Amino acid sequence: MPENGFNPKIVGFLCNWCAYSGADLAGVSRIQSSPTLRPIRVMCSGRIDPGFVFTALKSGADGVLLAGCHPGDCHYSEGNYLCLRRTLMMKKLLGGFGIDEERLRLEWISASEGDKYSKVSWEMENRIRELGPLELKQ
Amino acid sequence: MTMQDVAGQTATKPKLALYWAASCGGCEIAILELHEKVLEVPANFDLVFWPVAMDVKYADVEGMEPDSIDLCLFNGAIRTSENEHLAQVLREKSKTLVAFGSCAMEGCIPGLANATTKEAIFNAAYHASPSTVNPDRVEPQTIWDLPEGQVSLPTFFESVKTLDQVVDVDYFIPGCPPEAHRIWEVIELIVSGGPLPPPGAVIGAGDQTVCEECLRTREEKRIKEFVRPHQIIADPELCLLDQGIVCMGPATRSGCGGLCVGAGSPCRGCYGPPPNVRDQGLNMMSALASVVDATEATEIQAILDQIADPVGTFHRFSLPHSTFGRVQP
Ligand code: FES
Repeated sequence: MPENGFNPKIVGFLCNWCAYSGADLAGVSRIQSSPTLRPIRVMCSGRIDPGFVFTALKSGADGVLLAGCHPGDCHYSEGNYLCLRRTLMMKKLLGGFGIDEERLRLEWISASEGDKYSKVSWEMENRIRELGPLELKQ
Repeated sequence: MTMQDVAGQTATKPKLALYWAASCGGCEIAILELHEKVLEVPANFDLVFWPVAMDVKYADVEGMEPDSIDLCLFNGAIRTSENEHLAQVLREKSKTLVAFGSCAMEGCIPGLANATTKEAIFNAAYHASPSTVNPDRVEPQTIWDLPEGQVSLPTFFESVKTLDQVVDVDYFIPGCPPEAHRIWEVIELIVSGGPLPPPGAVIGAGDQTVCEECLRTREEKRIKEFVRPHQIIADPELCLLDQGIVCMGPATRSGCGGLCVGAGSPCRGCYGPPPNVRDQGLNMMSALASVVDATEATEIQAILDQIADPVGTFHRFSLPHSTFGRVQP
């Protein structure tokens, strides 16, 4: 629902084995999730290259959500730790670029946590609404 | 076109132009570093424009026919309207336009100005620096009326741009500056009339990373602590990154021969991103994320906090060409 004409665009990169299944569960359980979040399925959170995140923000996204399996549960054993290190690094770099690091969020969501997926999606929408649209100067 | 050569005979030689925009002059010196071979440049080319070495006016170039210059090596970034104008003129007049060196290709050190604003730069240069006395707060104006007539200065842009951000570029030669023997390879290739690489290609460089040219011993990387080069006496044989020094080797195109790492200094990334990598800084960040030896957020954060100035370190040579292009004011 646009508020003050601002309809946030949030891109989500969700790992196939946990977070995406969690989002699926939210859907089949008829738990409402924020329509501002556009999920993209990747095989593992370790597959999310920083280029995906920066390109999304550059191309019009106001925020990016990364979601993977809980620590210890990654289908490929360590992809989520790599994602965690990259996320902390990206937040540091986003700060350096003068972009609020809260535009990037990382969550661990298991296949049974449809409710968590929904809750995270609404929280993210609200936070991005507070931050306002991401307007990049050339 | 024919011309008189030194011996008085007529010869047809390809026409060559060299230009410097926002740069330090190092790219020009790199050409002189060809040593005696530099004499073969005028032997093989008709030098029509080279402001640093010969007296040619902009109007002379502006008056040339389109496509009348065979090869233009353009160094320097686009900082002012003058730089942009010459880029447009030389694009129109040149059959082959080459972004020569890191500034033209990626923005390089002048491009680090994109970490700040025009306003802050003017303030530092004309008011705040300790050696400046400017009580009337005079700043350069682009147009000024004098009794004798109007005078003008180029406009200083908000952001530094790369050559390919203002005109189409045929080839890119990386390096700060490009290595002389690499420049020679390119000149030989063009003189030989051999098949040229596809437009848009990076030439005069390798197609791997600097790590492939580095002679240091690499181990399985596990980094618990980042240090700056002055904080340790680095082992001369071991990989610098293994020793915790941020070395851009894994995210930098080969071609320099590993000069800096060979001399004990970490690679700073001047040869730009390796093939198929768009954003060198993000590529470096990914490489570092893989080798940090921690799985707890607080521990990872503490290690990452040892990296001073991530934007200036990872994008030292490529800020204008990075995904965001500049730090947001
Ligand atoms: S498979 Fe889910 S994080 Fe790796």
